[in-house]
Amino acid sequence: MEPILEVTDLKVHFPIKKGIFAQTKGYVYAVDGVSFTLNKGETLGVVGESGCGKTTTGMAVLQLLDITSGKIVFNGKDISDISKMPFDEVIDFRKKVQIIFQDPFSSLNPRMTIEHIIGDPMRIHKMFGEKEIKERVAYLMEKTGLRPGQAGRYPHEFSGGQRQRIGIARALSMGPEIIIADEPVSALDVSIQAQIINLLVELQEEFDLSYIFIAHDLAVVEHICDRIAVMYLGKIVEMASYEELFLNPRHPYTKALFSAIPIADPRAKKDRTLLEGDVPSPRHPPSGCSFHPRCPECFKTCNIDDPVLRNMGNDHFVACHLYNRH
Amino acid sequence: MNHDDVLLNVRGLKTYFYTLDGIAKAVDGMSFYLDKGETLAIVGESGCGKSITALSIMGLVPQPAGKIVNGKIYLNNDDILEYPESKMQDIRGDKIAMIFQEPMTSLNPLMTVGSQISEMILRHRRVTKKESWERSVSMLEKVQIPSPGRRAKDYPHQLSGGMRQRVMIAIALSCNPQILIADEPTTALDVTIQAQILDLMLRLKQDYETSILMITHDLGVVAEVAQRIIVMYAGKIIEEGNVFSIFENPRHPYTKALLKSIPKFGNRTEHGREPLQEITGIVPNLYKLGSGCSFCPRCKEAMDICKIKDVGLTDLGNGHRVRCLLCKSKREE
Ligand SMILES: Nc1ncnc2c1ncn2[C@@H]1O[C@H](COP(=O)(O)OP(=O)(O)O)[C@@H](O)[C@H]1O
Ligand SMILES: Nc1ncnc2c1ncn2[C@@H]1O[C@H](COP(=O)(O)OP(=O)(O)O)[C@@H](O)[C@H]1O
Ligand code: SF4
Ligand SMILES: [Mg+2]
Ligand SMILES: [Mg+2]
Repeated sequence: MEPILEVTDLKVHFPIKKGIFAQTKGYVYAVDGVSFTLNKGETLGVVGESGCGKTTTGMAVLQLLDITSGKIVFNGKDISDISKMPFDEVIDFRKKVQIIFQDPFSSLNPRMTIEHIIGDPMRIHKMFGEKEIKERVAYLMEKTGLRPGQAGRYPHEFSGGQRQRIGIARALSMGPEIIIADEPVSALDVSIQAQIINLLVELQEEFDLSYIFIAHDLAVVEHICDRIAVMYLGKIVEMASYEELFLNPRHPYTKALFSAIPIADPRAKKDRTLLEGDVPSPRHPPSGCSFHPRCPECFKTCNIDDPVLRNMGNDHFVACHLYNRH
Repeated sequence: MNHDDVLLNVRGLKTYFYTLDGIAKAVDGMSFYLDKGETLAIVGESGCGKSITALSIMGLVPQPAGKIVNGKIYLNNDDILEYPESKMQDIRGDKIAMIFQEPMTSLNPLMTVGSQISEMILRHRRVTKKESWERSVSMLEKVQIPSPGRRAKDYPHQLSGGMRQRVMIAIALSCNPQILIADEPTTALDVTIQAQILDLMLRLKQDYETSILMITHDLGVVAEVAQRIIVMYAGKIIEEGNVFSIFENPRHPYTKALLKSIPKFGNRTEHGREPLQEITGIVPNLYKLGSGCSFCPRCKEAMDICKIKDVGLTDLGNGHRVRCLLCKSKREE
């Protein structure tokens, strides 16, 4: 297995500005020390409840926002500080790491035809001649299940699922190596989700892609991902292969998350650990283990020391003091 | 209907929208009943008419475009569609209460949550202001809001999404209604909070002996809470039955396909990965419905006749009904 992306101790703290002098009055600790590796051809799932920092992690990897600290290495090159990189390397990075957004309605320019939405990025980067671009647009539309004959239409003429296909075709047009899919099916109707999930799985093989798949639906994540990272309040609390995580979840938060999922089987036995309270604000993360105020297994060191993410063997990583006791 | 504990009985309900785009038959001949103490779920994809069904029962169909053009809605054998608005106001909150997906849109941002519960109690019960406030605080306690006395003085924006939904439930149950209509009450919430809210609803349902009409698009939620299920598609009931018939012996091609299209957690680990079964095509636009079965354009089992023939509901016995030409009724078999 060859790593394509290595993220080490990534932090993104958004300053909270107040008053007429825009003084910084604290920070939102959106991403607070995240480390992971994405291997070539693999799908890494990122799950967690809203506000836990999934999107911010994705945006940071894409270099679409300022990183507070941490290291990001893409194909062996340190890209943590894009302002210090030569221009052509930045362009190369921008082409090779693409994103698909959750909302297929707001993420496409309503005044552009599909032909332009998919073709213009190739024109801007002067990747091909005009004839070839036209051919590629048709090819990509076909690959993503759209009819090339509809290239002259505008986004509003398409359904949600078709718009998501357009977003995928646009991402593919740059010949990416990594696609970050941020909740790509969450906004779609239930009967449409399977189409997009199957499409993403097919395209991965055909185009040799590595995915970071952000979602909150664990069933979808298990279906699509090779490895899964569970986030809570800006940190990865557990990370393992999909089988390992499903069969042997260790972190109390992961266990609670799993047990909270409603199962579409009326005979399924429900043995539920209900978590108390809400997710705390990332402005004031709790001391020690940030899960400790809600943790059913919290014990005395938990509110003091921040547990580190440790490999328990079999590349199953857990950040919890329960597994540090001997 | 031949049982005596029917609380709500909807007959041939038609609620249409008249707009510049044409007519949308949002609810197109719905007939169903809700028994005392039961949880009935209406499932279906967005735009199929779930909310409008609920709003029709509440007498809150969006005006002026929407109109109930036909049908009867019996509450305890009284047709509430005949009631004047003033009488409906007495019913809402007292006999039938409703909670919505987005509590923020139905809570008053300028009033404390305690006053909003008090207001509901004062509207329907002969109590003093002080008594109503005390009852508000005890309602907040019943929905498990910590330090309810203090929280009663909070404004909605000071609460989290999960807490707001608890407040909505407190308002809804404050006058001990016979029916609680919950329209996607957990769709906007995270799973761990959803689990809390569903657990709370089911427990309060027992305490208050309330019947629940649960509207959702989430088949997992349905399997957990409902005794009976109505599957809606394009304004119509396409299948109805108890939770086991629907999940274990679905008969409508749409229900069958929908259940196969959703990934189940653990399935890949246990059985390996297979492509999900797709439902082709798109969710129908009610302003552009053709003739025949509305699922026909997406149906794998469709026959020529499905395109033209209007399909009625076939009774399969045991309360299982299905709207599909492939299904023969028990009597015919
Ligand atoms: N530009 C921003 N400025 C300030 N706070 C932000 C910004 N973007 C996100 N946040 C906050 O950071 C946290 C993580 O957000 P996000 O990454 O969007 O979470 P997720 O995608 O997991 O729902 C949230 O509390 C969010 O409010
Ligand atoms: N305010 C409105 N104006 C016009 N048409 C509406 C309005 N509300 C709903 N409709 C129509 O009614 C249909 C059903 O809506 P609704 O009951 O809200 O669906 P859902 O099943 O998602 O709750 C929609 O597809 C739409 O065609
Ligand atoms: S470290 Fe302590 S509080 Fe945190 S998850 Fe583990 S047991 Fe719970
Ligand atoms: Mg997000
Ligand atoms: Mg609705």
